[in-house]
Amino acid sequence: MCQECGCSQPGPYQVGDRKIDAHTHTLPDGTVITHSHHDHGPSHAHGHEHHHHGHAHHILNLNTGILNANDRAAEQNRGAFKALNLLVLNVVSSPGAGKTTLLTKTLNELKGRLRCAVIVGDLATDNDAARLRTTGAPVVQIATGTLCHLEAGMVAEAVKQLDLRALDLLIIENVGNLVCPASFDLGEAVRVVLHSVTEGEDKPLKYPPMFHSADVVGVTKTDMAAAADFDRELALKNIRQASPRAKIFEFSARTGDGIQAWCDYLVALKTAGR
Amino acid sequence: MHEFGIMEAALETAAQKTRAAGATQIHRLKLRVGKLSGVVPEALQFAFDALKDKSLAAQAVLEIEEVPAVCWCADCAAEFETADLKYECPRCHQPSGDLRRGKQMELASLEIS
Repeated sequence: MCQECGCSQPGPYQVGDRKIDAHTHTLPDGTVITHSHHDHGPSHAHGHEHHHHGHAHHILNLNTGILNANDRAAEQNRGAFKALNLLVLNVVSSPGAGKTTLLTKTLNELKGRLRCAVIVGDLATDNDAARLRTTGAPVVQIATGTLCHLEAGMVAEAVKQLDLRALDLLIIENVGNLVCPASFDLGEAVRVVLHSVTEGEDKPLKYPPMFHSADVVGVTKTDMAAAADFDRELALKNIRQASPRAKIFEFSARTGDGIQAWCDYLVALKTAGR
Repeated sequence: MHEFGIMEAALETAAQKTRAAGATQIHRLKLRVGKLSGVVPEALQFAFDALKDKSLAAQAVLEIEEVPAVCWCADCAAEFETADLKYECPRCHQPSGDLRRGKQMELASLEIS
């Protein structure tokens, strides 16, 4: 096997009249690597040797993703969800931005329109799960212990407690954290990043990886905008800059403002078969 | 905090590959980390220093290559490196959500014996 890329070793091939005993790969980051296979030894291929400690060092070129295990688990989740035509959201925000309140409101609004369930992650307690259960929707709490994010494997375990065939929408409420959950794909179709008016206007600029990965950015607690001296135009400009792909919603779970449009969007997504 | 888990995963993969190659020691461990990967090189170094003693990399040097975030501008049909992580094309000033590089977190290479 080729140690550069893990591919099986091809024989020489030909382009036009030219015989080529090499092949090229495009790495995930776009780098193109060309190398030949004829000099592959069992242990020293692509390497070089030093002898300064009296024994040979050699280089193993791996170029392998560190979170491959999570990414694979996420793809398995995504495939399973797609097969069931289940719409899955991954909702992230900083602690206290209003995830649980918004979701409680959303679940109540969607009654009779979509059959929903929630998986909620926190370091400890099932307080959020208890609040969400008041809506009548099935809720699974994941207590992560000290872990600052959910991983795809945890979601795969949690869904075993749900009857996915009886659902249209699965909402995953991630651990309140705008940093780490950005790196962990859960297999969701839509990543929703929430940002409350009390957090100021520059949150999107301060947490680029999370906001860049957003499919939806939701501005929460809009009823408190005046009290928080929230500059709406500036905030929207920052969101557009940090999350160029994202659809933007503004809502207040307390007054119900904007909730209808948000729920209509979810119903439309589900109907479109995402 | 999650840099610890990531470093643990990296050291685990590194140990597997080292043993598979018939070696027993890691002398250099090279990681490639994108600007948008969500991990901080300094925190990775800290995690490495804390975790290496229990691993095959106890004597190893950690090298981290940072990869810039590069987006694709469809209008200009060209790539651009994001400045200050504001995804605006420097030519036409349109924002782009089409990220081509900068999210990776890779174990690039090992020097082993």
